[in-house]
Amino acid sequence: MSAKDDIVIIGAAETDELGKLPNISTMGLHLEAARNALADAGMTPADIDGLATVQTPGPVSIAHALGVEARWLDGTGVGGTSFLFHVRHAAGAIRAGLAETVLITHGESGRSRVDAPGWGRSPQSLNGQFEAPYGVFGPPTAFTLTALRFMHETGTTLEQLAEVAVAQRRWANKNPRALMQDLITVDDVFASKMIAWPFNLLMCCLVTDGGGALVVTTREKAEARGHDKPLVHLLGAGEAADSPMVSQMPDLTSFGAFKRSSAAAFAEAGITHSDVDHLMIYDAFAHVPLYGLEDAGFVGRGEAGAFVAEGHTSPGGRLPLNTNGGGMSYTHTGMYGMFAIQEAVRQVRGEAAAQVEGVERSVVMGNGGMFMAGATLVLGNAPR
Amino acid sequence: MPPPTKPAPVPTPETLPFWEGCAAGELRIQRCQACGKHVFYPRPACPHCHSTDLEWVVSDGTATLHSYVISHRAGPGFAEEVPYVIAIVELPEGVRMMTNLVQVEADPAQLPLDMPLRVVFEPRGDVHLPLFAPAGSAA
Repeated sequence: MSAKDDIVIIGAAETDELGKLPNISTMGLHLEAARNALADAGMTPADIDGLATVQTPGPVSIAHALGVEARWLDGTGVGGTSFLFHVRHAAGAIRAGLAETVLITHGESGRSRVDAPGWGRSPQSLNGQFEAPYGVFGPPTAFTLTALRFMHETGTTLEQLAEVAVAQRRWANKNPRALMQDLITVDDVFASKMIAWPFNLLMCCLVTDGGGALVVTTREKAEARGHDKPLVHLLGAGEAADSPMVSQMPDLTSFGAFKRSSAAAFAEAGITHSDVDHLMIYDAFAHVPLYGLEDAGFVGRGEAGAFVAEGHTSPGGRLPLNTNGGGMSYTHTGMYGMFAIQEAVRQVRGEAAAQVEGVERSVVMGNGGMFMAGATLVLGNAPR
Repeated sequence: MPPPTKPAPVPTPETLPFWEGCAAGELRIQRCQACGKHVFYPRPACPHCHSTDLEWVVSDGTATLHSYVISHRAGPGFAEEVPYVIAIVELPEGVRMMTNLVQVEADPAQLPLDMPLRVVFEPRGDVHLPLFAPAGSAA
């Protein structure tokens, strides 16, 4: 692939801190992450001509606050996977000449809720008519609704569901930035507070404040200006939609957007599963990585639970998964996808806290909403 | 501040026949006259064949338990119900909907997947909500 069409991530960084940050607004988190990513890229806002972020507070506000004169803007907001969509959209825009260097920002005051958007939905919306009346209380009682059917049809056990949280904590234990670092057992998971049967607290993601940002450009531009850190190449990407309401998924035991976006990304990258050294799967709840492993074909139907329980995704395993600790142990602001990309970039660069040896290719799978939209990125340390 | 009340749906022109059915004690869903498939949630065109020739039919009020959670935290207005069952049920026509289970203990041992259910209607705001009870329970 020519240096002009080879899209690279040249800058990637998170906010200085993650966790409980009541002194920084949603906007402040975006801007801090943006400054850090620009510094990582050795750039200033003057180098940026494209901007992508979700609609809180939106690309116009971020561009204005940073002093970026953007000639390309993307406000795609499809939940926590939006930032994977932004990377793919940025790649398309850059190849089409609509922008040269795109800044993608995430900031969310998920815990402290400083200038965070409200939860309210119109009682006339689909959700307001056909889900909200039944006492769903955010993701813990809606995102989780598919799990019993999944377990029923695949033979996945409750213990295996708990093992997902246990495995990811092993990675978090090696990561000083992870919010939850102490090793846990399956018994600890079952002893934690019941949130929504079959989910105990430790099978649910954290709720934190934080942000992250990426700078995306061409290899040609990156090589022309020089860069201190290894370039991370976008080898393939895919995006797809499933259902606006979890109750309307065509199949509760499979996430169509994981299936279709991973197939598209793998095809574009020209890779197969054995080429993948490192994997990030959005883990808002413990069942979601099991869907990702099966839907992307890393394991066969009904095999994901045992695969995780046998340690294959843990440190030393053959498919390191969610190596920052994931949304359940590292951080989860609400739209976690940015942090999954950040960890993949660190692993490909060789600078992760819990670094996996010799990562040449990393795959990131993002979920948006509750099985609403999904995207997959294939990142690598060399051009396609 | 008064305690929150349970959310009440407000119909749109497209969904009104469904809610009118619930008020009349009928579970009405759409059927595509072009391809014969059933459709839920209500919408102006068939997602399978894109025909706009949809008719309203009355489902028989039975369903099976497709999946569920038992919520141990109260959604708005649900403080006195905790723990309560939020379920996805499947109608004989194959369409699914979210609901609450009633007249059954919120205990996994009482809630095998695919158990037969029947609809009951509960007034909420200006509409009646379709809830589901075990098929064998007293009306």
